[in-house]
Amino acid sequence: MPRGNRDKAKQNLVGYLFISPWLIGFIAFTFWPFIRSIYLSFTRYNIVTEPKWVGLANYKMLLTQDELFYKSAWVTIKYAIVAVPLGIVAGVALALLLNINVKGMSVFRTIFYLPSIVPTVATSVVFMWLLNPNIGLVNRILAVVGVQGPAWLSTSPWAFNSLIMMALWGVGGSMVIYLAGLKDIPVHLYEAATLDGASSVKKLRYVTLPMMTPVIFFNLVMGIISAFQYFTQAFVMTPNGGPEDSTYFYSLYLYNRAWKYLDMGYASAMAWILFLVVIVLTGLVFRTQKKWVHYGG
Amino acid sequence: MTTDGPKLNLGSKVATYVVLTLLCLPALLPLVWMISTSLKGDTQIYNATDHGLSLSTLVPSPLHPENYPDALNTLPFLVYLRNTLFLCICTVLGAVVSSAVVAYGFAKVNFTGKNTLFMLMIATMALPGQVTMIPVFSLYRSLGWYGTYLPIIVPAFTASAYYVFLMTQFFRTIPNEMSEAARVDGAGEWTIFTRLILPLSKPALATCALFQFIGTWNDFLGPLLYINDPAKYPLAYGLQQFVTLYGGKHAQLMAASTIFTIPIIILFFFAQKTFIQGISTTGGK
Repeated sequence: MPRGNRDKAKQNLVGYLFISPWLIGFIAFTFWPFIRSIYLSFTRYNIVTEPKWVGLANYKMLLTQDELFYKSAWVTIKYAIVAVPLGIVAGVALALLLNINVKGMSVFRTIFYLPSIVPTVATSVVFMWLLNPNIGLVNRILAVVGVQGPAWLSTSPWAFNSLIMMALWGVGGSMVIYLAGLKDIPVHLYEAATLDGASSVKKLRYVTLPMMTPVIFFNLVMGIISAFQYFTQAFVMTPNGGPEDSTYFYSLYLYNRAWKYLDMGYASAMAWILFLVVIVLTGLVFRTQKKWVHYGG
Repeated sequence: MTTDGPKLNLGSKVATYVVLTLLCLPALLPLVWMISTSLKGDTQIYNATDHGLSLSTLVPSPLHPENYPDALNTLPFLVYLRNTLFLCICTVLGAVVSSAVVAYGFAKVNFTGKNTLFMLMIATMALPGQVTMIPVFSLYRSLGWYGTYLPIIVPAFTASAYYVFLMTQFFRTIPNEMSEAARVDGAGEWTIFTRLILPLSKPALATCALFQFIGTWNDFLGPLLYINDPAKYPLAYGLQQFVTLYGGKHAQLMAASTIFTIPIIILFFFAQKTFIQGISTTGGK
């Protein structure tokens, strides 16, 4: 008995030593800052001087007087509602197309994956130039087919649409995950469907798509979480929030509050509202899981 | 057993190729446009006011390769490149070593609270960075790390949840019989980890190294928050500065973007397999 206890204690010591790099980082760079940011959200804080307790003032101000808060929250929610489903549909469709068994398919897979590894800042810079209203490639192509292209990044619905378009350009990143999911669908399911006389459309509807739901679910959750943190592209392409603040994303506003105006307490309150919204949304998505996600064959 | 997709008749095959080729255009044109602009002179860029499209729109003639040295003289991109490489090497080293150590603990050692801590670690991946950003910034500032590379390098040494997850999955596929045999021969956990597990895990280590390299290469927010000295800018931040300061120099800007993008594309071509395998093991399993 005492010997077993000593072994267990030794195992614990060894285990905690191995995970100590993560544990230390977690406490110092995640857990403590997480708690601290709750406190900061109830203060006025400019980094240089000590935080001053203001109670609920930041939250009150945000929810009752800050139009930009609602505006930027709406831009971000709109982006999540449009870009995430579009990305899933495009990613799955592309994966289905790239799963067809013809020669040279690996070359196509590489080509469609390529855009997703281009650094975000480079993508943003290249798209700014592509979308140049007068001499950009997009409007030149449109002119050839007789369409006068918009001033993309400087008119209201188009700036936002440009960012959606740019997100779709990088859809190859999730396409690879769907492709791996397609490869994992057991052959016998298709064989059984063939024996039952199912058409290709029916196979897609009743075999392929249900078997893909776990991967779609994973991408949906990750997509929502990252949509709410959308920052770099908006910062590089429309640092002032774009035409009529139509690309003033929540994280961009939060960044400006914190680093442009050194309003760190206010920004912390914004961060906590963001956190709660993300938690509630992912929680809701997880609850729908039982209805449409099929685990196991 | 896996599926390779349906077999097709000739008509469907041709249709597939046509659709795929058409889709390649939007996928590749932005990159072609970037490289082509980087080789154009001012007249080739601006005298296109007839808005026409011709072969010379995409393949400039004559070529103007001098845009590249021009870009390097406008902002010191070679210095930025050196800075980026330095950051990449440090963070790759830190992230791979620390994540492997932590993953071994989670995969192969039984200790109290293991499953809870593992779940906690997975949960942190969903935590928006904005929540911890401000306290972390003030912590680094009070440590005197503002303006140095430490806020970017040090956290890499505290393991990344994502890589730990990937490596834990991988380590678990290595049968325990081998480590048991080594343990009977009197080997300690550290010896088993370094002599037995690590040599067998090269593919997983390579995947994480690759992801971290690209992650640091692309990282924009880190330098934006912490680096204030232009001599210390990495490429991602330098390119954004180029847009802000010299946004009208289209050819040079595209030359700089090309310099920033091409190494990643080359790396991808060399390490394609490692890449795709790593991503595929991530998705929902």
